[in-house]
Amino acid sequence: MSALLSISGVSKRFRGLVAVDRASFEVARGDIFAVIGPNGAGKTTLFNMIAGALKPDDGTIAFQGERIDGLRPDEICRRGIARTFQIVRPFPALTVEDNIMVGALLRTSNPAHARATAHDVMRQLDLFDKRARVAKSLTLPDRKRLEVARALATAPQLLLLDEVMAGLRPTETDRIVAILRELNAQGLTILLIEHVMRAVMALATQVLVLHHGAPIALGSPADVVREPAVISSYLGAEAI
Amino acid sequence: MSRLLEGVPKRSIVLIVALLAGLLIAPRFANDYLLTILILILYFAYAGQAWNIMMGFAGQLSLGHAIYVGLGGYTAAALYVHYGVGPWIGLLAAIPVAMACGAIIGFLAFRFGVAGVYFAILTIAFAEFARIGFDHLRFVGGSAGFFLPVAQYTTNDLWNLRGKPIMFYYVILALTVAAFLLCHLLLRSRMGYFWLAIREDEEAARALGIDTFRYKMFAVVISAGMTAVAGVFFAFYYNNLFPEQVFHISRSIELILAPIIGGIGTLFGPILGAFVLTGLSEGVTELMHALGFDWPGAKQVFYGICLLIVVMALPDGIWPWVARRLGLERRS
Repeated sequence: MSALLSISGVSKRFRGLVAVDRASFEVARGDIFAVIGPNGAGKTTLFNMIAGALKPDDGTIAFQGERIDGLRPDEICRRGIARTFQIVRPFPALTVEDNIMVGALLRTSNPAHARATAHDVMRQLDLFDKRARVAKSLTLPDRKRLEVARALATAPQLLLLDEVMAGLRPTETDRIVAILRELNAQGLTILLIEHVMRAVMALATQVLVLHHGAPIALGSPADVVREPAVISSYLGAEAI
Repeated sequence: MSRLLEGVPKRSIVLIVALLAGLLIAPRFANDYLLTILILILYFAYAGQAWNIMMGFAGQLSLGHAIYVGLGGYTAAALYVHYGVGPWIGLLAAIPVAMACGAIIGFLAFRFGVAGVYFAILTIAFAEFARIGFDHLRFVGGSAGFFLPVAQYTTNDLWNLRGKPIMFYYVILALTVAAFLLCHLLLRSRMGYFWLAIREDEEAARALGIDTFRYKMFAVVISAGMTAVAGVFFAFYYNNLFPEQVFHISRSIELILAPIIGGIGTLFGPILGAFVLTGLSEGVTELMHALGFDWPGAKQVFYGICLLIVVMALPDGIWPWVARRLGLERRS
């Protein structure tokens, strides 16, 4: 069985700094795949290469068996990979509904159909009551969910989430965790970068740990947190 | 028709119908002077609507829109003077010429990532190239100007756009209405949503699968084509074209004031802005005259102060404020 997303030998250097160092892993259909690691571990760089915002220097990225490295972000989205941004980027002057409609219009040229899709997505993400509000008036938790909603409206196979829980209170985190679980149950594959371990432990089926751009552990959440290499990279070698 | 009215608040329809009715019967009550003013207002409303597609919808600041006015005007005028081709057929050449020019500017800018103020400078540069180029283009009179045959017309020849101001008034009114409807439909189409997304955050738009290059190209090409129509009108209404005037940057600035004052990105903004600006300008002239002020520059200073007050008090333009007052906020 071929993986939905396969990364092989992907590297990215910024001048002297090796941000991602020969990373290889596979994300199977139906996974909730978490990428964790300390600040500067290369998580966001890896993420941006999958989403097309950056081109890898080496290695290949394949989605559904086809190479996607080097494609533009819009081409990658059209193939079925949607992303969120770590620092949320809603369209500030547009309403919640219009924000999501922009995403939905990727799959239909009919605004009425896109509106119907937007309504479904808004109900799923608890945004329906706020559909007429302009995005810039929303609170951070609402904006985070809008970010997810807009990406979902593009009907992706794979959803890339860049720290959607960061800055949220535990109740809000649990709310998003529940939503993501439900989406996953409906067949969506999710790759997330996360700092909030509470969410990772609750959600992920697979966890990849990056350190200085290189994968140091891969496995189930419970296994990964017991790995000495992971503990030392997070807490320092003395902690062991 | 149903698509046209979909989601439009009832009060907006009432307002549009009342405004249109007023403009349709206005010539009955207007003298020639007032009619000239109204033509000027509608001209700026139309051209402002065209510019608004680029800036208000797609977020691309063009400060060289005079180039499309000029290309449209010169193309149709040259066809008329040299080959006897009427302005309506001339449009079929004027629009593609301006669109091609817009496509060249757009391609150079969007392909090579020229954005924001740098894009604005590029548009100015092209308008300046055109101004200097046409100064040396003998075929259309060079810097000495290009003239359409003028005579006292007793009848209105709509086919050749030769006639009295009232004919020009209804022509520009029809164009303004058409531009309004076109922009309304564009804004509600898939392309309209994509434009707004690009305006708000281009990178986020790209992440949602929007080919931003393609949609920015559509914006510049459509806007250029529409502006060329204003140019054809300009040429046949004024009967003369001078490169120094037509392509001058002050012309480009003049075109964008109405939508800025009225409200960038709104459909009513360019129309309201044109009324306020031209009304204010002519009103100030009248007022200064009545008060006996004849200091040179006094009018411009007063006009400038009025604009400053509007921009400072209503930075989003007048229309959003009026719309709130009238309860015309978009419901979705």
